[in-house]
Amino acid sequence: MAELEPVIGLEVHAQLLTKSKMFCGCRAEYLGLPPNSNTCPTCLGLPGALPVINRAAVEMTIRTALALACRIPEFSKFDRKNYFYPDLPKGYQISQFDLPLSLAGQLEFEVDGQRRACGITRVHLEEDAGTLHHAGEIHTSNFSLVDLNRAGVPLMEVVGEPDLRSPREAPQYLRALRQLLIYLGVNDGNMEQGSLRCDANVSLRPRGQREMGVKVEVKNMNSFRSLEAALTYEVGRQTDLIQRGMTIVQETRGWSELEQATVSQRGKEEAQDYRYFPEPDLPPLKVGRELVEQLKAGLPEPPMRLRDRLLDQYEISAEQVLVLTERPQDAAYFEAVVAAGAPPRAAANWQAGPLQALCKAARVEVERCSISAGELADLVRMVEAGEVSGSTARELLAEAFESGASPAALVTERGLAQVSDAAQMDAWVDDALRQLPKAAADFQAGAERALGPLVGAIRKASGNRANPDLAARLLRERLARPGE
Amino acid sequence: MDLAQVEHLSRLARLGLSPEELQTLLGQLTAIVAAVDKLQEADVSSVDPTAQVGGLYDVMRADEVAPSLEAEQALANAPRKEAGLLRVPAIQ
Repeated sequence: MAELEPVIGLEVHAQLLTKSKMFCGCRAEYLGLPPNSNTCPTCLGLPGALPVINRAAVEMTIRTALALACRIPEFSKFDRKNYFYPDLPKGYQISQFDLPLSLAGQLEFEVDGQRRACGITRVHLEEDAGTLHHAGEIHTSNFSLVDLNRAGVPLMEVVGEPDLRSPREAPQYLRALRQLLIYLGVNDGNMEQGSLRCDANVSLRPRGQREMGVKVEVKNMNSFRSLEAALTYEVGRQTDLIQRGMTIVQETRGWSELEQATVSQRGKEEAQDYRYFPEPDLPPLKVGRELVEQLKAGLPEPPMRLRDRLLDQYEISAEQVLVLTERPQDAAYFEAVVAAGAPPRAAANWQAGPLQALCKAARVEVERCSISAGELADLVRMVEAGEVSGSTARELLAEAFESGASPAALVTERGLAQVSDAAQMDAWVDDALRQLPKAAADFQAGAERALGPLVGAIRKASGNRANPDLAARLLRERLARPGE
Repeated sequence: MDLAQVEHLSRLARLGLSPEELQTLLGQLTAIVAAVDKLQEADVSSVDPTAQVGGLYDVMRADEVAPSLEAEQALANAPRKEAGLLRVPAIQ
């Protein structure tokens, strides 16, 4: 039998970071609110209440679509997707069927250092449903509890083409998309809390065949890890069935974290018939070309291009670039530190190392922390010039991070500037040699390691202010071994 | 229309209908669909497809938060509730 090739496409739902819901003025931020305290006649679907489109949600969707190189048709409309479920108060979801806000784009992502592109079918706009709470086990309980705070929150759907060819590619595609949404400021990327959700369509076909196999939809994957695990399992399950001469059934399966397996939820015969029809309560949209141009002009530098540029422009490693482009604000901070005079490599080390650790511990973003880019640049410059030791600088950074002081100012204020003065250094070297005659003798006898304690003694005597490189050099001169 | 279609629709609408009711609806729906079918006779070759005839476009609101209902108000007409939540039969 010919080798089987997986064909995978992802559907990603992203809650938009608007202030209000998609069609009413209730809050879009619903987490932590008392149940059913964030609703109104519109999102409850009460008779006579009319929806009105949130302009910000439309613009965020178009911006996302443009960042994915999609085409923005001049005409778009909303449709009703009809189905009954207790978390859907109206009995239909307002979505987009045949005339979405955008079509035909692509997303670039990286797998094992290789760049790949995946087609984007469309990006459209719809509304989220409420949430269901089950008493006890979902299968045994005879009732559910409904909270409608989330009902009507703007939900953007990014439909990917079935261009992915292995379970490994899926989380990488999703990572790239998530980062793009964060760069655009349209979604918070929180998969755990469900503001970013992912479903997958999976089928197999003999390699080289154009025609697609029977496809299975896999749901319930709420992390990159579970996405890859679910797809790996599903590809294995389908491969096994085909190799045993059985046929794949078109169905919807859910990933069970507990069983580490996909479990059948709904077969084709129960497949939904949504009876889409145009939403009569919402006039269609004519998306003006001026608006499209204006939104395009306001797009941020996309993460992939930003990484290329940083790698090109500064002498920093690919790993450093990756850390510094996690969020656009990280890269902006880094470039500000460099612009303020810090050497790029050292600036990257200090930002991605000690400063980021402090920010993480304090749960604050680097651009909001008390150390300004200029202050970090001053400190980095002093370390690089040998004016202050690395360990002292790290301590001062931590202190300044807490107190809001300038770390460079603390150096001067405390007299912690590293000493390179010849007379003072000579005096410390003399003391050290007197204190540790054995180490001195050992070093002279050829034990390189004996230099360590001597440098340590000098550092201690100087209150950590002696320039360690200079101390080591002076010691070597004094203890010059015969013939050297 | 045939009986299978009426059964399919009743399932989608979550209506538990008796065989007699399904037969009655089959007759009624067949007549309704036949009446609507009359529209097929109209010549629309010179008319652009449209979903609306109101002539309105781009009716949008600014992204501003407005007051919501109190939870008690929102649940006022709910037949069953529990701890501020709507209580509904479990999905089978």
